[in-house]
Amino acid sequence: MDSTVQPVIEVRDLDLGYNDYVVMRNLSFSVNKGDIFIVMGVNGCGKSTLLKSLIGLKTPTKGKVLYYGKSFWDEDETGQQNIMRRFGVLYQGGALWSSLTVGENISLPLQLYTKLSCQQIQEVVALKLSLVGLEGCEDLFPSGISGGMRKRASLARAIALDPDIIFFDEPSSGLDPINARKLDDLILELRDSLGATVVVVTHELASIFAVGNNSVFLDMESKAMIAAGDPKVLLADSKDPRVIQFLTRARVQGA
Amino acid sequence: MLPEKLIFDYSVPKTLLIKLSGDWQISAGLLSTNEVTSQLNSHPDIVQINISVSQELKWDSGLISFLLKLIRECGHKNINVAREGLPQEAQKLLSLALKVHEKNISSQKVREAFLEKTGEKFLQIIESSRSGLEFLGDIAVSFGRLITGKSYFRWDDFMLIVQKCGVDTLLLVSLISLLVGMILAFVGSIQLKMFGAQIFISDIVGIAMVRVLSAVMTGIIVSGRIGASFAAELGMMQANEEIDALKTLGVSPVEFLVIPRILALVIMMPVLTIYADLMGVLGGFIISAGMLNLNPVEYLNHTQQAVKLSYVWVGLIHSLVFGVIVAVAGCLRGIECERNAAGVGIATTSAVVTGITGIVIATAIITYICQFLGV
Repeated sequence: MDSTVQPVIEVRDLDLGYNDYVVMRNLSFSVNKGDIFIVMGVNGCGKSTLLKSLIGLKTPTKGKVLYYGKSFWDEDETGQQNIMRRFGVLYQGGALWSSLTVGENISLPLQLYTKLSCQQIQEVVALKLSLVGLEGCEDLFPSGISGGMRKRASLARAIALDPDIIFFDEPSSGLDPINARKLDDLILELRDSLGATVVVVTHELASIFAVGNNSVFLDMESKAMIAAGDPKVLLADSKDPRVIQFLTRARVQGA
Repeated sequence: MLPEKLIFDYSVPKTLLIKLSGDWQISAGLLSTNEVTSQLNSHPDIVQINISVSQELKWDSGLISFLLKLIRECGHKNINVAREGLPQEAQKLLSLALKVHEKNISSQKVREAFLEKTGEKFLQIIESSRSGLEFLGDIAVSFGRLITGKSYFRWDDFMLIVQKCGVDTLLLVSLISLLVGMILAFVGSIQLKMFGAQIFISDIVGIAMVRVLSAVMTGIIVSGRIGASFAAELGMMQANEEIDALKTLGVSPVEFLVIPRILALVIMMPVLTIYADLMGVLGGFIISAGMLNLNPVEYLNHTQQAVKLSYVWVGLIHSLVFGVIVAVAGCLRGIECERNAAGVGIATTSAVVTGITGIVIATAIITYICQFLGV
């Protein structure tokens, strides 16, 4: 790997917690351009807390998160917003604004941050919807579409401003295997077509192996990352029983 | 005679061997560890407990429960309990139970002393006042941005909220104000009849409704209907991560969600209050003219003379302040809402309680100021 390439995201000695309760200690990893980076671990290990720190919703207790070399949490509000504008987030439940239609959900970021006319915005919205396979769904309300469609519509919103980085929080949760697979394929296609860097928080093994090319494994007991690298390589080479147990769905010894 | 369930053997120094036999099933009742404890107290040199079981031992969760208690007690006294002598299945169950137990301990809350609880509560109040003030500051900044044209304002949303605050509460405001006017007329007539001064019912109804009662009643209705719905809407948005989605987009939730709600309510409250004034006077009129046989024209003339324009202004100031209080309380509770269904319920109730308390306190303050100014 070319060591001169600057990572898109760099996490340095990050500590996460709620008041006195420590969730994770000493997280350090970097995500390179074009990576599909998986944050994995068991339920409650701190994956979503890490994601919140990465997307600017939760201040870490210690450490730095660098985007293109700029430390997010040391920037002022404007600097943080400039960084935030470069990424899109797909939330676990979709988080579509329920009072707006699907089309309005996608057009809102465009209205806020571009100078496009109404007509042009409609065209971009139609394009984004067709990218995720929801052409013609502009006028539907989030409450009137299925869970899979909500995820796709939310993805269309996340990519509305052609972000450099897309974050996915448990993308396959609540989806059947076929739709989950379709969403995985969509992630790969969007990475290739948009040239984006993708960070996925998940514990779905099928998704991890289908899309991931780099990862960190967070361990709840030791409150630290205990493995990093390509998930397929981790599966083949890791000696750590916790990682093997997670990646192979092996039974707990002695249970 | 039934065999002894517990037999104690001290043949090995510093070690207590407990022999288990007989029926240890739940149906036979749970045995307490008192007997073992008293044995341990009388032999303080014991550091190890071994357990053996007889062939005819009958056991189920009853035995496991006893052993768990024993292991925990011995843990406090630094005595090791060897489980090797137990049946294989019992050993497995015991390790499973202990595993859960160890995890629970780490998440268990330590019992707090009274002073500690009081201190904690006090700190919570300070924290909640701080977040309330911060929220008010955010609102002020967002208003500034709105006035200077720097903020994003969705007129469609605003008009919808205006409609909800106005038209949707109209029926309730009509009913309550009409009835309050009627009640005032009835109650007033009881005393005034004795002096033959029933015509002054119009003064009582007119002044009371226009100065304060219409605004207070409308404020309470709006707090229950609109303030609660603001809290529920924003609370659900918080639970569904919709507010997070706004923040990551760089949009201030206060600008996008709170400002239109406050503006809508501040505009609609005075309108509703004027309407409630009219309905209240109408209520008094119906009772006076219909049941107390007062001259309708005289009643209306008296009302016109009694109600000064300054009273109308006092009522409108009340309503403006109540509009701000109810909208801020509803939005604040919604934004602070915990991310679960129970949190939304708590936020809704809390919004109504805060709204009504705020209305009563504000009424007292405004009344005092008016008294002071001689209005």
